[in-house]
Amino acid sequence: MATYQLNVNGQSKKVDVDPGTPLLWVLREDLKMTGTKYGCGISACGACTVHVDGIATRSCVVPVSLIGNRKITTIEAIAQDPVGRKVQDAWVEKDVVQCGYCQSGQIMSAVALLKATPKPTEQNIEESMGGNLCRCATYVRIREAIKSASEQLT
Amino acid sequence: MLSNSRFFIRTLLIVLGFTATWIVLTADAAVEGRDSQKLNSAASRPDGLAAWEQVYLVLISPRCINCHTATNYPQQGDDRRRHFANVVRGGHEGKGVPALTCAGCHQEVNADSTGVPGAPNWHLAPLSMRWQDTNDRPLSSAAVCRAVTDRSRNHNMDGRALLKHNAEDKLVLWGRNPGRRPDGTMRTLPPLTHAEFANATRTWVEAGTPCPRGR
Repeated sequence: MATYQLNVNGQSKKVDVDPGTPLLWVLREDLKMTGTKYGCGISACGACTVHVDGIATRSCVVPVSLIGNRKITTIEAIAQDPVGRKVQDAWVEKDVVQCGYCQSGQIMSAVALLKATPKPTEQNIEESMGGNLCRCATYVRIREAIKSASEQLT
Repeated sequence: MLSNSRFFIRTLLIVLGFTATWIVLTADAAVEGRDSQKLNSAASRPDGLAAWEQVYLVLISPRCINCHTATNYPQQGDDRRRHFANVVRGGHEGKGVPALTCAGCHQEVNADSTGVPGAPNWHLAPLSMRWQDTNDRPLSSAAVCRAVTDRSRNHNMDGRALLKHNAEDKLVLWGRNPGRRPDGTMRTLPPLTHAEFANATRTWVEAGTPCPRGR
């Protein structure tokens, strides 16, 4: 076990965990932040996506010991970000969600995409969102919501 | 008085320790730097060609060639299958696309608890440095050699720079320390040790980076 001081959503959080513990489990089990979801556990589905220093990161495969002092942003705080707010509004507007399980990761990936590419092409969306799976197949609405959020960005 | 003596001795030991460590580290760095740059012209062309074939065996091993693809994606595993999660090359830097970057999983060191390999600046080699065809078959020894030595394609590296790259680049070094797979087993290593690989590169460079004839 080791002690880590994490910067999560702008707050300093102290955890005492095994160094190899994936960040996802630290968030969910130790910090009780269950908005970030466990999907596949091998970074193949994107449900666990958070931002680490702004980079969309698969928290299920990154050990907590490798986070250091980088800033972690989770779905719980993404609405505090101007782009995140617009993406969440677009998600509501387009009624994207069906079962909802993958949507935290979908939104975190969409925000990362729009921050880097505010006016994405179809190919940009296809490629950037290609690692986020949705078993309810809400892909069409996800795409529409990203375009809608993009239109709201100056 | 006694405590002052102890304090003096302890301080002296700490200073001596730091000094010794500094000397060892700087000496190592000097040797490393000199060795990787040390060249002589004694190697013959046949020696160089034989050494190149050793280098080539490493370059087409999965730990190296999986990120020297001719396609829009990296490969993974000893069977060199397409990287999962629809990972794509991205821009000219080969670091993926905004929501699906290499760094989103691959950290600066191997993550052995989850089986994800890592090293600084994890990225796909540029298409100019592809070592396989679009059907994922390794290019011939001659073709890879031409790609590696063509300064219009290799970031303008001459022989000395190629030697430094093969001897010191962190991603190259990762190839000999690829960490554990998600199932906990160790990843397969390239066929040469790093020292053998660096020495073969040196001999090849000293011979003037000769390439085999052929396609």
